[in-house]
Amino acid sequence: MLYRESGQFKTTYAADQAILPIKQDLYFVILAILIAVAIPFFVSNYVIQALLLPFLIYSLAAIGLNILVGYCGQISLGTGGFMAVGAFAAWNLMARIPDMPPLVAFILAGLIAAGAGILFGLPALRIKGFYLAVTTLAAQFFLIWLLQRPWFVGYSPTGVISAQTIEILGWRVDTPVDRYLFALAVLIVMALVAKNLVRSATGRKWMAIRDMDVAAEIIGIRPMITKLKAFAVSSFFVGIAGVLWAYLYLGQLEAEAFDIYTSFDVLFMVIIGGLGSILGSFLGAAFVVIVPILLNVIPGALGLPLGTAMISYIEIFIFGSLIIFFLIVEPHGLARLWSIAKQKLRLWPFPY
Amino acid sequence: MAAQPEPKPGHRQAGEILLKVENVDLAFGGVRALREVSFEVRRQQIFAIIGPNGAGKSSMLNCINGFYHPNSGTIAYKGAPRKRMRPYQAATQGIARTFQNIALFKGMSTLDNIMTGRHLKAKATLLENAIWFGRAQREEMEHRKFCEGIIDFLEIQQHRKTPVGTLPYGLQKRVELGRALAAEPELLLLDEPMAGMNLEEKQDMARFILDVNDEFGMTICLIEHDMAVVMDLSDHIVVLDHGEKIGEGSPEEVSSNPRVIEAYLGTSEEEGA
Amino acid sequence: MPIELSFFLEVLVGGLLAGMMYSLVALGFVLIFKASGIFNFAQAAMVLFAAMFIAGMHQRYGVPFWLAIPLTIVLMIGVAWIIERVVLRPLVNQEPIIMFMSTIGIFFALIGFAEMIWGSRSRSLDIGIPQDPIFVGDMLFQSYDLVAGGIALVLVLLLALFAQRTRMGRVLRAVADDHQAAQAVGIRLSTVWVVVWSIAGFVAVVAGVVWGGNLGVQPVMVDVAFKALPVLLLGGLTSIHGAIIAGLIIGAGESLAEVYLGPIIGGGIDNWFAYVIAMAFMVYRPEGMFGEKIIERI
Repeated sequence: MLYRESGQFKTTYAADQAILPIKQDLYFVILAILIAVAIPFFVSNYVIQALLLPFLIYSLAAIGLNILVGYCGQISLGTGGFMAVGAFAAWNLMARIPDMPPLVAFILAGLIAAGAGILFGLPALRIKGFYLAVTTLAAQFFLIWLLQRPWFVGYSPTGVISAQTIEILGWRVDTPVDRYLFALAVLIVMALVAKNLVRSATGRKWMAIRDMDVAAEIIGIRPMITKLKAFAVSSFFVGIAGVLWAYLYLGQLEAEAFDIYTSFDVLFMVIIGGLGSILGSFLGAAFVVIVPILLNVIPGALGLPLGTAMISYIEIFIFGSLIIFFLIVEPHGLARLWSIAKQKLRLWPFPY
Repeated sequence: MAAQPEPKPGHRQAGEILLKVENVDLAFGGVRALREVSFEVRRQQIFAIIGPNGAGKSSMLNCINGFYHPNSGTIAYKGAPRKRMRPYQAATQGIARTFQNIALFKGMSTLDNIMTGRHLKAKATLLENAIWFGRAQREEMEHRKFCEGIIDFLEIQQHRKTPVGTLPYGLQKRVELGRALAAEPELLLLDEPMAGMNLEEKQDMARFILDVNDEFGMTICLIEHDMAVVMDLSDHIVVLDHGEKIGEGSPEEVSSNPRVIEAYLGTSEEEGA
Repeated sequence: MPIELSFFLEVLVGGLLAGMMYSLVALGFVLIFKASGIFNFAQAAMVLFAAMFIAGMHQRYGVPFWLAIPLTIVLMIGVAWIIERVVLRPLVNQEPIIMFMSTIGIFFALIGFAEMIWGSRSRSLDIGIPQDPIFVGDMLFQSYDLVAGGIALVLVLLLALFAQRTRMGRVLRAVADDHQAAQAVGIRLSTVWVVVWSIAGFVAVVAGVVWGGNLGVQPVMVDVAFKALPVLLLGGLTSIHGAIIAGLIIGAGESLAEVYLGPIIGGGIDNWFAYVIAMAFMVYRPEGMFGEKIIERI
């Protein structure tokens, strides 16, 4: 009975269409945000750097990809490429335009990534499904190649460049705590935007295209525009995630850091977390970040220490198997398991 | 108010011509699905296309809403002959339809499915939707209100938030009708609205169709197998067989047309589904 | 012969030989796609998987190649059987895109499994194909490329014959046309699937040996095997001769582009050339060169 919605009546459509129409959910989200803000002050810098920052940034990328795959039904294997476009666009904007404010540069970088998304989304005009998925590999391989050209890395001989420091209104985003809070702020704002989009007419059009594109077109949805909007919005999110990855996590830029396995990782988060769920994007990102750490800790605790190489092999195997598992058993991923848990909590501790 | 299915008096056939189909020919490879078909649909009519399986009924509907393109002949809507077009353009012109095999958006709730039907009326841009403020929010509430009206009309209130994939067949057909109505079309195309229904569901659907026609003044063009239903509902009937028009007129005229009787008796064992 | 021309021919022939290998791997895809409508993303992983077992058995346990290769073929049949049981059967009648994503899962499960056993270090796999330069007139070819191209050609022809002429081939085509009708006339879907996945596994063994012999057995092999994907799209998913011709076009195209375009716009073009060509062509003709036209119904 912890999670009881009876007695909460909505008297306006506005209340019923709210993001969190049920009070317990609202309290939960507020609590989660409070904990998220407080947590960096209680944990070591190592935890922030190795666990929390990747979680936040991957969540953002997963939300972006989920918009495209989970909501609009267009598979993309080019996530890494679009992340790289965001990161390198931000670096070049700040390196080449004097006094470029970082926030403006980041937003422009997101827009440039969105442009790249539209460009490589254009084949969606004619092809769909796994045909389109394979052509997004063109984006992945071409963009990474392009960003290794000398111009994009400021003619750095190694191809690696270091990210500029971020300073916003006198706040130097420097220590791990600062970087964490910056990423958190970006994530909260963008998650809200994503939620707004998917519950609006825009989101319904995406889902209509996903569920049955022919019928969607016949009720007047223009498939091309709708798909391109999804590509643009998704790539914007992914591009910003790329910026954060380079500037807050790596501290340097290298196109190779956004290889095809980055694309797969983000796709895994979306599938494991739940296709078509914003909450699922968070759960999937958390899962993908936590599992390797558990694999590090658990065998050791059981007295079976494994080498780091072995752990990474097991990790690959487990993720592959989990993808199959979730696709067979629960295509809506962890997010669905969460809502089933909520159903149970509604009655708990009574059996019926 | 004609709540009971009964033959219509002739007064409603006086509307102006909404859709004019002239000598439409359609072929897939070597198979001619439609041969020189012509007819007119007038405003406020309930217009029916009937015929045995494979007669070209669905192909005709697909031509009307721009999913197929006739090889020759013209289709004029509101007096303007149409050029080659995409299906979404038919929707913008005010043509909505339902499908023989239900084409709902399975991952979405009943309410969301019906709301997608409203989207041509939505003006808010992507950015406005992103911040959920001002016009975006206002529009959302207006559309919600309109769709709630449709949900009441179709008596599916308790299924509002149910994913449509889990609804029984008859209700899915209703939701699909609701989605088409949400667009406030001038011409509503119904592809076998009662296929696979039991008697009670058929009566409900017939009542909805008549009410839609009466209360909202929508022109309806339907395909149906159940002859009794067609005879009861329609003002005007066109009969197709092997892609050819073999008869046309009021229900009485059609049912006494010898070519029609022959076509139906000759192929009656292929009827159904 | 002028030096430019003979150089051009050298590059062209080298590209065509490499292209034969793409065709071979792409044929594995085509067979699976025809028989089950599944776009098997894991084909590239199967190549690495097979190569790792052969090289691993040989190096770690001294198993001779004449034994290691048949053992691996048997293993691939086992893998096909497991995939049919664990992945395909529970997902039958799911949307193609879900099946596609599940093969991405297979991709990682296979690679992870192989690495758990053999590690990820690079191994050589020398089954004794000579690595000598051969001169034809002014032109210089690698004997390895010629032998590898020849092996691929023979296999490609055998597979094409198998699909067109044998009873099993007819069964495959029946299943491709209509699963349910095929079942109705007494074809066991699961058997057919195990057979096609086994054939794909066999193709992977051959490709793994040939590529592994040249490049060494290492994770990068996957990137090479991936190129069968654009080959497949370019040729058309259902077309056997499409896969062959597209493989040759892509193989030749990327070698020529790397040699003649590379100095102008920068090297490493062959990383993306195949994909961009396939993408551009599909915008023009979505079903590929020889694929069946996609007819939408409602």
